[in-house]
Order: sequence, then C-alpha cells, then structure tokens
Amino acid sequence: MGIRFDSVTVAYDGNVVLDSLDLTVEPGEVMALLGPSGSGKTTALRAVAGFVRPVSGRVLLGGRDVTDLPPYRRGIGMVVQSYALFPHMRVEENVAFGLRARKAPRTEIRQRVAEALEMTGMAGYARRHPRELSGGQQQRVAIARALAIRPDVLLLDEPLSALDAQLRSGMLTELARLHRELPDLSMLYVTHDQVEALTLADRIAVMDRARLQSCGTPRELYRAPADEFTASFVGNANLLPVTVGCGGVDFAGAGLKVGTGDAVAGARATLCVRPHLVGLGEGPNRLTGTVTEIQWRGATHRLYVEVDGHTLMADVRELRDPPRHGDRVHVHFAAEDAVLLPAGVAGDGS
Amino acid sequence: MLVHSRKARWAVWAVFLVLFLLLFALPLLVVLGASFATHWSGVLPSGMTTANYRVATRGEALEALTTSLVTAAVASLLALTVGTWAALAGAALRKRYRRLLDALFVLPVAVPSVVVGLSVLVAFSQPPLLLNGTRWIVIVAHTVLVTAFAHQSVSAALARLDPAFEQAAASLGARPSYVLLRVRLPLLLPSLTAAAGLCLALSMGELSATMMLYPPDWTPLPVLIYAATDRGALFTGSAVAVVLMAATLLVLLAVSRVRTRASYR
Ligand SMILES: Nc1ncnc2c1ncn2[C@@H]1O[C@H](COP(=O)(O)OP(=O)(O)OP(=O)(O)O)[C@@H](O)[C@H]1O
Ligand SMILES: [Mg+2]
Repeated sequence: MGIRFDSVTVAYDGNVVLDSLDLTVEPGEVMALLGPSGSGKTTALRAVAGFVRPVSGRVLLGGRDVTDLPPYRRGIGMVVQSYALFPHMRVEENVAFGLRARKAPRTEIRQRVAEALEMTGMAGYARRHPRELSGGQQQRVAIARALAIRPDVLLLDEPLSALDAQLRSGMLTELARLHRELPDLSMLYVTHDQVEALTLADRIAVMDRARLQSCGTPRELYRAPADEFTASFVGNANLLPVTVGCGGVDFAGAGLKVGTGDAVAGARATLCVRPHLVGLGEGPNRLTGTVTEIQWRGATHRLYVEVDGHTLMADVRELRDPPRHGDRVHVHFAAEDAVLLPAGVAGDGS
Repeated sequence: MLVHSRKARWAVWAVFLVLFLLLFALPLLVVLGASFATHWSGVLPSGMTTANYRVATRGEALEALTTSLVTAAVASLLALTVGTWAALAGAALRKRYRRLLDALFVLPVAVPSVVVGLSVLVAFSQPPLLLNGTRWIVIVAHTVLVTAFAHQSVSAALARLDPAFEQAAASLGARPSYVLLRVRLPLLLPSLTAAAGLCLALSMGELSATMMLYPPDWTPLPVLIYAATDRGALFTGSAVAVVLMAATLLVLLAVSRVRTRASYR
C-alpha cells in the first residue's frame, strides 16, 4: 500500500510548518524524509498517522483518502524516537497490544507475537519489562510491536537517534534485512542523518523550512543535486560561486571547463564538486591555493585549500607526505564530476 | 550537599531537630502522654492508666471510627472518580477552558471549609435535594472538600504524561476508551493512589464543615474529640485523638503499599 501526500499543508496556530507537500511513496518502497531540525519531517509523519489534521490537502493510503479518519482506523505501524513502549506491560504484552485492541483470536495473537519477536531477534526477552531492556533492545521491541499488526505502511521517526554509532550501523543492517523479508511494506523513514538515508532508502525526499526541496534516488541526489541545499545536505559539497562563460565557467579569475547545459553566458551560478572527486596536483580544471587545514581521517586526508578567499575541501587517499599548513598546492577535478546549479545563498563551499 | 563543613552540617541538623521537636513532635507527644493519664498538674502527666483507651476503642468511639473510615472511603472514591473524570475532560479542552475548569475545581480549597459546610447545608436542606439529617450530607461535604486535591494531582500527572504513549496505542488500532483503560489510567495509577492517600487523610481529619452538618447517627471521630475536650474530658479526648492518628496512619500505609506496587518505573 502506497502513501500519497496531495498538497498537504499543516499549520500550528497559523504557523505553516508543512507547506503544500506533494509526495508519493510507492507500495513496498522505502522513502527517507531527510532534513534539518524543524523542517517539518515529524509533522509530515504525524499527518499520515492522523495525529495532526492538515489545514488543506489530502493524505491517501493505498488510494483511499484517510484525511478524516482517526488514527486508530488507519492501520499504520509507527515507531517514534522515544519508542513509547508501555512501561507497565511486559515485552510480549507490548507486542500483543495492537492485536488485543483489535480483539484478534488468542491463538493468532500468540503466534503473531512470537513471529514478530523472532523477526526482531527479541524472542528471549518476552517476559521482561521495557525498563529492563537496553536502548537497542527497546527499539527492536518498538518495531516488533508495530509489525505485529501486519501494517502495510510503517512510519519510523528517527528510530536510531537514541542509539550510539556502533549500534546504529548494526540496526541499519537489520532494518534493511527486515525490508527484504517484508517486500510489500512501505516505509516512510524520518531522519536528519544522511548516512541512514543513503543506506536504507530507495528514494530520499529532502525537506527544508516546511518545504520539499527535492526528491529522488540517493544516487540521483548525490550525483546530480538540483539545488545548493540538496547538494550540501546529501553528502558533502564544495559550492563555488561562478560566472557562466562559453564552454565553461569563470571562478576566481580562472576558466574552468565544465558542462554548462542551457545556462546563459554571463549568468551567475554555483558549481558543485564533491570533495572526494577533487584531486591533488596537476590536472584538468586546475586551481591553486593555500592549505589552511589538514585532517587525517584514517583512510583519507581532508585538505582545506583556500582559493581566492573561497575554501575548497578535498578528500584524498591517505598521503605519505601530506602538505603542511600554509603550503601552496594545486587541486583539480574532472569536468564530468562538476554539477552546475542555479546561484543561491551559499558560495564559499564551507 | 549544600553545606560542606562538618560543623555547619551539625548546626543545620541541630536547628532542624529543635524546630522539628518543637513544632511537630512535642504536641504529639503531649497528646500521647495525656492519653495515658488521669491528672496533669505538674511537668509530666500522672496517674498512668489505660482506661482512656478502653473508652476510646469501644461503643461510641468505635462507632465514630467506623463512621470516619466509611465517610473517608466513600468521599475519596467519589472525589477520585469526579476529579479524574474532570481532569481527563480538561486535558482534551483548549487551554483557556482548561484554566477555567482548573480554577473551578480549586475553589473549595480557596473557600474556608466552614463556608463550604454552610453552602452544602443551604443547598441540600430543601426538596428535591433533601439530604440534611442524613449521613449523605456529611459525605457530600467531604467529597466537595477533597475533590479539589484529587483533581489537581491527577491533572498535574496528566500534563506530565507523554502523549507518545496514547498515540502509539492509537496507531496500533486502539479506540480512545481502550487507550484510557489499558494505557492512560494504568500510567496514572501512581498519582491516583497518591491522591487517594491525600483525600483519605484530609477527610479523616475534617472538622469545621462536619460540625455544621453531622446528624446524631453519623458522628465522625474528630467531632467526638471536639465534644470530649469541650466537656472537659481532656484525657479521653487525647486517647481518641491517638486512635484517630493511628487509624489515619494505617490507612495511609495501606495506600502506599498499593502505590509501591503501582510504581513500576
Ligand atoms: N505541537 C506543536 N505546536 C506548535 N508548533 C509545533 C508543534 N510541533 C511542531 N511544531 C513546530 O513545527 C515545526 C516543524 O516541526 P517538526 O517536529 O515537524 O520538525 P522536524 O523536521 O521533525 O524536526 P526534528 O528533526 O528536530 O525532529 C517546528 O518549527 C516546530 O517548532
Ligand atoms: Mg522530528
């Protein structure tokens, strides 16, 4: 069952926090809602779950308009950031809650609870209370509880944000496995962590200030972002203010040969180059600048190179003999690795 | 610890102890002493006896104790029901109306209990609501007096309750009534029992409104104490007072046992 936002607008006390959102999640698709804090991600989720009523627009589940349906009649699985496990119930009672509320037959409840706990690897903890579980275990129980009602749609609101980095990457793998086991389940996954979005999602919807900025597959958004915000939020990006010339652009007095598409000569634009596609030394599209900072990151070195007042990031393979602070270096990038974006507010690539 | 040096800590303890003894312990000890006495002319009571307790645990006094316990139990139950109901209804209201409701329920605390007694007397002295002369008028007055506390502690607990719980329950397909019964009320249980303890204790000690209302066949214990001291039977009165304190403490203890079992968090 798919989810469709049909120009959904949500306002709190006249403050628009979700501005006519149009978005479709296909059946069986994992869609990540990615955006900074306060951009309206949770609000979009709450609109699907039915906890907030849009001032205009419709929410459709599997083609059915559910805008006026109360939450308990939507049949949606939801996992929130705090997990909201019922503290007075054991793990098995928590997982059985949705089935009991629907008055499912007893044998079916037992079987489905066992199944859900098995699937999330929590079968050994059925008799415990939530307070006797670690954060990661609580999170699994929250997922098991949501899955026990066999929803067609699963909403996840930053489910991993309470976990430490190591546990988080483990849970990411588990979520991916879960999705392989339940290929018909549509998931709407809210996060402000780009790694989570890139790893898990079939498509990513990037939100900023109550609006949908862009939507596409992780690869599309990463390789060919449509705007500066998307470029800097999905992965790292050097954003250089340039002027369009013929057959290339001008940056800081240097001519760079990049595809300009249908940009008009003389127009201002932003050139986006991913740091790991910037090379050190001579090459095409060469720029010369001063090293202002070097960070060693294990497998790579990150260089910050100042070119005519603009800082450029370059992630290069670990150097045996890295340049030092203040050294003059050349950096370069291939024409096909640069994307020309409409001019925006950014510009110094920091 | 706010105070670090050893000396200062001792000083603080000493001040606390003196104040505690003077304000709380001493009056109670005096009552306890008097309850075993037949005379008190010197510094200490004299003529030690348990005869006062024989009076305080039989006949009239025993009946009054039962009356107090039943009144407290019924009034607290009613108050908890009404208070919880109002708090739940208030939580669903807009802020402005919720404030209004809160103010309405605090009124019996702000108004002197004598006035509450008088207003109950006036309100229930005529048909169709003729309760005057029955035990119900006492119970109604107590209910009015303690509902405020029940409402206040339950609505405070409701405000602290994370809405994520009821939302999780709703998303799992539970109707509002099911959510109330299986999620919200169980989560409120610790504050409900706390409120129950408060209501019981208040009702068992209530005198001023009760004095204006009680019928001869429904005399709560505080009234009996007052009557005893009024006619000069100070030592019997003290024994009855000790019985009242002990009964109240036992009731609170029982409630707090339920409480510890309810506080799973
Ligand atoms: N109940 C509410 N009443 C009033 N304003 C609200 C309410 N809930 C959210 N907002 C506002 O709506 C905006 C969007 O909130 P939302 O929770 O959707 O953000 P978010 O993208 O989920 O952010 P985060 O990543 O921090 O969770 C915020 O500016 C927030 O202040
Ligand atoms: Mg959020």
